Amino acid sequence: MTTFIAVLYIISFALFIYGLMGLTGPRTAVRGNWIAAVGMVIAVIATLLTPGMGNWLLIALGVAIGVVVGVPSARKVKMTAMPQMVALFNGVGGGAVALIAWVEFRTTEGYAHEPAYVAIASLFAAIVGSVSFWGSNIAFGKLQELIAGRPITLGKLQQPVNALVLIAAIVLAVVIALGGDAELLMIGLLVAAGVLGVVVVLPIGGADMPVVISLLNALTGLSAAAMGLALDNTALIVAGMIVGASGSILTNLMAKAMNRSIPAIVAGGFGGGTAVSSGGSGEVRPVRSTSASDTAIQMAYANKVVVVPGYGMAVAQAQHVVREMAKLLEAKGITVAYAIHPVAGRMPGHMNVLLAEADVPYEQLKEMDEINSEFAQTDVALVIGANDVTNPAAETDPGSPIYGMPILKVNHSRSVIVLKRGMSSGFAGIDNELFYDAKTSMLFGDAKSSVGEIVEELKAL
Amino acid sequence: MLVGSLAILVLAGFVGFTVISKVPNTLHTPLMSGTNAIHGIVLLGGLIVLGLGVEGVLNKILLVIAIAFGTINVVGGFLVTDRMLSMFKAKKPEDGGDK
Repeated sequence: MTTFIAVLYIISFALFIYGLMGLTGPRTAVRGNWIAAVGMVIAVIATLLTPGMGNWLLIALGVAIGVVVGVPSARKVKMTAMPQMVALFNGVGGGAVALIAWVEFRTTEGYAHEPAYVAIASLFAAIVGSVSFWGSNIAFGKLQELIAGRPITLGKLQQPVNALVLIAAIVLAVVIALGGDAELLMIGLLVAAGVLGVVVVLPIGGADMPVVISLLNALTGLSAAAMGLALDNTALIVAGMIVGASGSILTNLMAKAMNRSIPAIVAGGFGGGTAVSSGGSGEVRPVRSTSASDTAIQMAYANKVVVVPGYGMAVAQAQHVVREMAKLLEAKGITVAYAIHPVAGRMPGHMNVLLAEADVPYEQLKEMDEINSEFAQTDVALVIGANDVTNPAAETDPGSPIYGMPILKVNHSRSVIVLKRGMSSGFAGIDNELFYDAKTSMLFGDAKSSVGEIVEELKAL
Repeated sequence: MLVGSLAILVLAGFVGFTVISKVPNTLHTPLMSGTNAIHGIVLLGGLIVLGLGVEGVLNKILLVIAIAFGTINVVGGFLVTDRMLSMFKAKKPEDGGDK
């Protein structure tokens, strides 16, 4: 039977890896996801076949609760709320690891009687699982706007407090590994790790959130792998480690796109509030505002229009009406493309998901490197609720906090129209030079209603 | 046994690196969501520990919660990923496959 289980596990890894390979292309991705899901079902069945399994009612209860809670929330969540949903699903995974480690501690009366590697792996899993659970919940709270999205810091105390909590968790882990078997030690460890998750995520600003969620995703994977080592379960080791590796890559990639280092993000600071633009702050500078009808006319006589979507489009749920506008423009023989910055929105690919929801053809979505060379031939760049990712200060102003971040070179196009609610700054909390450019006009208002008006004007033309 | 497990750990890490590094930018959100669903495999840990028998009410409660958490992670994760991806499905070529 154990051999049979091992074979089933091997089949399930193969399916995980094959499924992930499917996720590398838009055409095979849906199938890839289901292949991985089938792998998961096989892994679960194999585990249930383990000789000596019991407690069936309780197992069924746990699974039933999970299905009843998980399925509706996954079905109903809006596409804009996807990042926080992923954060939440990630958090419960970490929570599960922490709980299992705690129960293991209780049933073995401390880890002293276990081999050293089991103790170390379990303690690692407990700490990381707890950090991931509480950190993810804070991330969820921030993105859901239950907690202020702006950084909440302890000021100068931040670093010492972070360090202190981390040291406390490690010291407790060492005490337990050396034979401490009092349950309070384990509870203290879980609490210290939980506090660490909270104090590390709280000071992080909205713009850095995707990186943090990705980091927590990778951490949960690693904690699952550690749990696999402790339980001597290859399925956990393989699946957990694959997630740990992929999550690390994704995290690094996102951080790079924002010209941020992961340690700097985790240490907190950037992301709003304190950051002040070095040039021209304080003075009130004039901006040119325009109307929906002028915008419509300007675009109707263009050869090429590039739409630059940002989080504002997501919040206003404007993607469908944007698509409608693009169709009208295309009917007039105008070329329309969409410029996708890697970190526009709240997660990499966030804009792609939203635009795909609105049936925008995949070929029209251009990545940053591709579209940047095309702005010079663009008549109108229509910026919809994007801000920091278009700020030329990232290229010109070494004093700017976002200096060096790759941007969409919207200012290279012949004219720029920015749809925005008001003159407030973006998540980086800095002024955008683009708005004061002579080529730029501002169309103030909610993105959805503004684009809706443009559509009406285009139809009337 | 430990060495074998560590070997698997290291190899799985490399598989993760190579498979994932080929994913285009546009699929990163679904990818994060998909890998997120896969680490729901911690569910197995809960199943093993509870299924092979634990004593005490608190232990059982904690494990039922852990299994529920793991199930939410798996089921929710795959469903959300599917919802995101189904939007990428090859569109019926509109008006004769214009490009």
